[in-house]
Amino acid sequence: MNPAVAVRGLTKRYGELVAVDSVDFDVATGEVFGFLGPNGAGKSTTIKMLCTLVEPTAGQASVAGFDVVRQRDDVRRHIGLVFQDPTLDQYLTADQNLQMHAELYGVPRSALKPRMTHVLEMVGLVERRSALVSTYSGGMKRRLEIARGLLHAPRVLFLDEPTVGLDPQTRSSIWRYINELRQREDITIFLTTHYMDEAEYCDRIAIMDHGNIVAMDTPEALKASVGKDRVQITTKDDEAAKIALQHRFDLAATIAEGQLTFAVAAGEEFVPRLFAELGIPIKSVSVSRPSLDDVFMSYTGTTIRDAEAEAGNQWMMRMVANRGGR
Amino acid sequence: MATTLDQPVTPLAAPVPALGLRHDIRAVRVVWQREMIRFTRDRLRIVTSLIQPVLFLFVLGTGLSTITAGSTQNLNLRTFMYPGALSMAVLFTAMFSAASIVWDREFGFLREMLVAPVSRWAIVLGKCFGGATTATAQGVLILALAGVAGVPYSPTLILVVFLELLLLAFTLTAFGIMTAARIQQFQSFMAINQMLLMPLFFLSGALFPLGNLPVWLQVATRINPLTYAVDPVRRAVFAHLHAPPAVIHRLNPGVTWGGWRVPTGIELLIVAAMGVGMLSIGIWQFRKAE
Repeated sequence: MNPAVAVRGLTKRYGELVAVDSVDFDVATGEVFGFLGPNGAGKSTTIKMLCTLVEPTAGQASVAGFDVVRQRDDVRRHIGLVFQDPTLDQYLTADQNLQMHAELYGVPRSALKPRMTHVLEMVGLVERRSALVSTYSGGMKRRLEIARGLLHAPRVLFLDEPTVGLDPQTRSSIWRYINELRQREDITIFLTTHYMDEAEYCDRIAIMDHGNIVAMDTPEALKASVGKDRVQITTKDDEAAKIALQHRFDLAATIAEGQLTFAVAAGEEFVPRLFAELGIPIKSVSVSRPSLDDVFMSYTGTTIRDAEAEAGNQWMMRMVANRGGR
Repeated sequence: MATTLDQPVTPLAAPVPALGLRHDIRAVRVVWQREMIRFTRDRLRIVTSLIQPVLFLFVLGTGLSTITAGSTQNLNLRTFMYPGALSMAVLFTAMFSAASIVWDREFGFLREMLVAPVSRWAIVLGKCFGGATTATAQGVLILALAGVAGVPYSPTLILVVFLELLLLAFTLTAFGIMTAARIQQFQSFMAINQMLLMPLFFLSGALFPLGNLPVWLQVATRINPLTYAVDPVRRAVFAHLHAPPAVIHRLNPGVTWGGWRVPTGIELLIVAAMGVGMLSIGIWQFRKAE
């Protein structure tokens, strides 16, 4: 089947900074494809290039079969966009927001009414359709944006951090809608997130770091590729145990929140050896399969939280530098 | 990565026939409609934008007439200031309407419009028509006060002034949009507004007759495009007044270029050309942005 999104050597440079560095990937039609990575990794820039909002410095990309540079309006008509930041008119009602969108996207007038009801039903906002958007909660606004993104029956729906800034309950309800959507509509969903638990919902994920895709596969395969289980123990003397682990087993452990954590292949078989050879009394043991956090760690050498903090600092420094230069 | 990605990207779908001009016109209308919905919903704004011209006309106009009473004979200063008040109402509303672009940008809605498969000119033109309509509507409210300012309710006068206000409103909104095109923050736009509005207004001949001015002021008023919009309105109003010719001539000397009185047609043409020019710059700026 033809890919819904095809990207070859896509690059974006801002002066010295390489935001996206020659990225290649395909997204199959009907797939839920997730872009995972800290802020500043190049996710948003990539998505903006695919949505025709930013022109690539080099490389090419097609979305729904149209070239993002040469067939810009065709791409635009076949994609739905839900941005990180709200883009609704708060002073209009939900219905008026949808009507406005339909006019801008050239939805045939005869199809408009049923289509509006359909998308509003999908996100559970039919009862509130005549209310001003300013009276909506954050979660309702996001749902309305998703409904609006679907109004013109796009082939690819782009969701840039669809659940950022929402409470856990609303986040899970947004995901319920997204899952329903993939079942009911013939649509490809392309999303970015920095929540590891949400990446699990995707058919495939690509991990992005410093402008490159460092890994791309199904969540299961990525976790299997790490090849190691996570073992957490508490002992009588954690410091001594850490040194012992290094000496006897050549394992680098970290001490956090009163326990020792390390990664080892076939963790369950390792536990008996640990008891026999560590030489320090062990109080508790737990072995868990690798999570996407571990996947991220193993491919980027840092946790997503640390990567975020680092990106945040760089951003701050850039801001300060810009200020000074003005 | 396991997948082989050496084959080039070939666009698979044939382009759907372009939506074309009709679609863009549909976009102009919907952007205009949105401005209308927002204007009629914001009653407070309608009232507050009336306060300034009304204050100007009745408080300043009445108060200052005690100084000028002898020299203008039976012609009230309010009547003289009336075209200025009309222009003022249009000027302030038009700039405020253009400010909504910055507002939309700050609140994200501009993005929804800019990512749509519509030509940029359609969005800018819709905004401009929307602002022009609201500004003219505001002018019409002042037009309704003609009688209180000593200006007769003549149908031809009202029609002519209405059309002139429409043109003025269009040009001023285009000016506002051109200014707003690159501004990111609402506060910055308001600051620029404050900086531009008062000089524009003071130098437009809305407050004093343009004859017998010192050279520097003469030059400044002739450069100001607003001058060419205020003067036709004043001419139309004065054509319907009954006052001694000497007074009329002193209060309504018209715009002169080195002694030559610029005809109304040319004045209006200047205003229209400025409007089209500034709108084009505005569209061009939006094309470049993102």
